[in-house]
Amino acid sequence: MAVKDYIRQRFFPHMWCPGCGHGTILNALLRAVETLGLKKQDIVMVSGIGCSARISGYVDFHSMHTLHGRALAFATGVKMSKPELNVIVPMGDGDALAIGGNHFIHAARRNIEMTAIVMNNRIYGMTGGQFSPLSAHGSMGTTAPYGNIDHDFDVVELATAAGATFVARTTTYHVHELSDFIAQAISHKGFSVLEVLSQCPTHYGRRNRVGGAVDILKTYKNNTVRIGSDKKQENPDLIERGVFVKKELSEYCREYDRLIAREHREAE
Amino acid sequence: MKKKQYKGHKIERSWCKGCGICVEFCPKQVLELDAEGKVSVARPQDCICCKLCELRCPDLAIEVICTEPGTENGHE
Ligand SMILES: Cc1ncc(C[n+]2csc(CCOP(=O)(O)OP(=O)(O)O)c2C)c(N)n1
Ligand code: SF4
Ligand code: SF4
Ligand code: SF4
Repeated sequence: MAVKDYIRQRFFPHMWCPGCGHGTILNALLRAVETLGLKKQDIVMVSGIGCSARISGYVDFHSMHTLHGRALAFATGVKMSKPELNVIVPMGDGDALAIGGNHFIHAARRNIEMTAIVMNNRIYGMTGGQFSPLSAHGSMGTTAPYGNIDHDFDVVELATAAGATFVARTTTYHVHELSDFIAQAISHKGFSVLEVLSQCPTHYGRRNRVGGAVDILKTYKNNTVRIGSDKKQENPDLIERGVFVKKELSEYCREYDRLIAREHREAE
Repeated sequence: MKKKQYKGHKIERSWCKGCGICVEFCPKQVLELDAEGKVSVARPQDCICCKLCELRCPDLAIEVICTEPGTENGHE
């Protein structure tokens, strides 16, 4: 099936600003789904609120556009009732890790099979450029006009510590890697987290004077390396890309089914 | 091994927002923005069918049509 058969073409051109990285994530996601040969009706995309969350309106899968920060909670309900579906949960950095931080760590801890994609543009895009828990120390936002004094989370470390059984990171510059990691995350039998360094040229780019979309993509090209690269030793500030965690652990829905079957047997 | 053969770009002009990502990162400088700020295929003869423009476009506005090696017809 062609990529365009997976979208709701009537809503295009989409609402994202020129050069917004979220569109590239949509692009890569469609290619991942195409590569895996998934049927539209076998996928449900659940999103919260944010520019990122608008992605669920553009895909021609089952979709739910829910509450800010709560996408994983809704997705958990969907997965528990229909475990045969592939559940994909794209979230903004604020959505996933500010208001939604608690849902995030507990979904990871439970190891429920779904794909959490953190579309990390390091700012609240939709509401006009407030800093998020992924905004770097010293970065600018409408709520940090003199520079952010918070320290940011490392999504990979956080997800790993919380128990996610697949954890990866890439960027909107590295598009082959991006669709490959999305495909791997979807195929993984457990809770998978993929952090994608995305770009918000409109708010992050402007306020931080890092230029437009092209300039931000160049920083992703120049300031990131594959895990294990020697360059990281020479320059510790480089951000690593790759699959950090991939392990097997009993999965929540399957555990639940086993428990029900056991109790039924014992009651007989 | 035979190379992919370039057949053309399919551009959804009304979807293109002129961000310039495809233009900047095309390894062969095939693309340009036109007077209206939309993508245009300035040097089609130089295209190597890497499809990076298609994959990076945030607006799904570009498709590169190429024949796969060994096939007669265009493969999208
Ligand atoms: C319960 C609740 N609190 C706050 C908001 C306001 N709000 C909407 S989107 C958003 C943050 C958006 O940032 P992010 O999740 O990083 O996504 P982006 O827009 O950058 O893609 C906020 C705070 C809301 N809609 N609901
Ligand atoms: S405000 Fe930022 S995140 Fe939102 S659509 Fe525009 S560029 Fe994208
Ligand atoms: S990347 Fe897409 S939206 Fe941006 S200029 Fe090229 S075709 Fe237009
Ligand atoms: S397919 Fe590759 S070479 Fe051809 S226009 Fe696109 S980016 Fe340039």
